Amino acid sequence: MTAMNVHAVRSIYRFEMSRWFRTVGQSVLSPVISTSLYFIVFGAAIGSLMEDIDGVAYGSFLVPGLVMLMLLTQSVSNASFGIYFPKFTGTIYEILSAPISYLEIVLGYVGGAATKSVLLGFIIMATATLFVPVEIQHPFWMLTFLILTALTFSLLGFIIGIWADGFEKLSLVPTLIITPLTFLGGSFYSIQMLPEPWQTLTLFNPVVYLISGFRWSFYGISDVGVGISFGMTLFFLGLCLAVVARIFATGYRLKS
Amino acid sequence: MPPILSITNLAKTYAPRPPRQAAFEALKNVSLDIQRGEIFALLGPNGAGKTTLISIVCGIVTASSGKVTVDGFDNVAQYREARSRIGLVPQELHTDAFESVWKTVSFSRGLWGLPPSPAHIEKVLKDLSLWDKKDNRVMTLSGGMKRRLMIAKALAHEPNILFLDEPTAGVDVELRKDMWNLVRTLRAGGVTVILTTHYIQEAEEMADRVGVMSKGSLILVEEKAVLMQKLGGKQLALHLTSKLDAIPASLSGYKLTLAAGGTDLVYSYDTKGERTGITALLQDVAAAGIRFKDVETKESSLEEIFVSLVREPRP
Ligand SMILES: Nc1ncnc2c1ncn2[C@@H]1O[C@H](COP(=O)(O)OP(=O)(O)OP(=O)(O)O)[C@@H](O)[C@H]1O
Ligand SMILES: [Mg+2]
Repeated sequence: MTAMNVHAVRSIYRFEMSRWFRTVGQSVLSPVISTSLYFIVFGAAIGSLMEDIDGVAYGSFLVPGLVMLMLLTQSVSNASFGIYFPKFTGTIYEILSAPISYLEIVLGYVGGAATKSVLLGFIIMATATLFVPVEIQHPFWMLTFLILTALTFSLLGFIIGIWADGFEKLSLVPTLIITPLTFLGGSFYSIQMLPEPWQTLTLFNPVVYLISGFRWSFYGISDVGVGISFGMTLFFLGLCLAVVARIFATGYRLKS
Repeated sequence: MPPILSITNLAKTYAPRPPRQAAFEALKNVSLDIQRGEIFALLGPNGAGKTTLISIVCGIVTASSGKVTVDGFDNVAQYREARSRIGLVPQELHTDAFESVWKTVSFSRGLWGLPPSPAHIEKVLKDLSLWDKKDNRVMTLSGGMKRRLMIAKALAHEPNILFLDEPTAGVDVELRKDMWNLVRTLRAGGVTVILTTHYIQEAEEMADRVGVMSKGSLILVEEKAVLMQKLGGKQLALHLTSKLDAIPASLSGYKLTLAAGGTDLVYSYDTKGERTGITALLQDVAAAGIRFKDVETKESSLEEIFVSLVREPRP
């Protein structure tokens, strides 16, 4: 009986999805509203004063960055909450005593969180088309970046959820790290617009590569080479997988 | 037949959590074999290590040393095989708040890798009188209902071994009887049941064997009947019509004491013996001219045995 416990993965996945659909109003509405606000403020009000960037109107330029912004924050918050909550209520006992491997636990929780983020990404893109023209030159790569990023940051959220031992810590990493990195990672501007030394420093921000590659799949313009973006995306995915594997190898914060 | 659960030299020291919490040795070298189909009751005062022992077997806590096999499968190396046989009803009420009863019970079945079976879930919910609540959100259930829901979740995946960690805590008398009946039904269906309890009456009522834990050690494992017989002699009390000042010399051959200020004559005897000596005693009592208005026999209960076992020696 070493085969995968498919029923278990499906159960956890469904459970996570049904938690989302139960509160689908809040889950979808708040990102949609904040994206719309960004478009109204940055796209329409300020954007009209901005020059085109590499031949792309500022409003359109914003779309991939905003989708990434939402994707990262929602992946982290969804996945961290998904695993933190059973720890908090104690229902984790059932997961720990079930005949399931750690890989299956991760597939269920992270798969669920990543699915929600990807769906949300589509919803935000659809919202964006109401405000600005959007073009997707490389749909395959757009999907690839979308899914890989959603997976990576859902894994990161999962790690945070396991590490957190209080609700404060749960929101600490997103507010302290994810949001600044995203804002400073070129969501709203091309990093070529930055003066030195900021332009070089920015290259240490992992989010730059995600946004740049994602934007390339839309308009064919990028801050860094798309190959590098793709490589970095895979690198971060691998890094998160390694951390998760390490956590489970030691039972860290799950078992005493 | 080999035991269905075999625990060998199991020990657990909880890691220290500086600065406030020192390391704690919660389990010391515990060995125990559970036979297929038996009902085993684990007794012991708060903090004895009962929940720790169960948690290690179920995979929630990692052992510091020792070995557990479930139906021959090592519970760490072959955790899938081992855990798929086990159902756990933990001591604390841990439930999802927002899901429906039906969904949360079906979820458990899925976690154990079994295909959906609405018929089985329906049977389990009906057995636990939760059928009319199946569409309710879990948070709308009463405490006793939640306790039953936890049992339903464990039974949803058809375990061979069921752990019930204080199943009747916070459960009313009638429900407790239902619970006992349920356990008997499960046993009749071949399920091995291991339960912990603080109610001695419960162990006395249901268990085939009893284990007593104290301060991390299993200090005694015994057939319930043997235990009660071994430690529990019987007493016959004669309530006298008139007070006696001393036991007459003609009765000095019997183990008699005077109680209740001389109105009770108490005879201690051993039920294991061929003859208890009661007939002879009663004849000699009559011959001595002692009259009694009532008789009463008393057996020491598990409770008394238990208390005498775990009581701290007085300094
Ligand atoms: N996670 C933990 N970390 C540190 N110490 C623990 C932990 N869990 C339990 N202990 C300690 O281990 C000892 C045994 O606890 P356990 O829960 O096994 O007792 P128990 O016999 O089930 O008691 P009760 O009858 O109160 O349920 C207790 O002293 C407890 O404080
Ligand atoms: Mg306990």
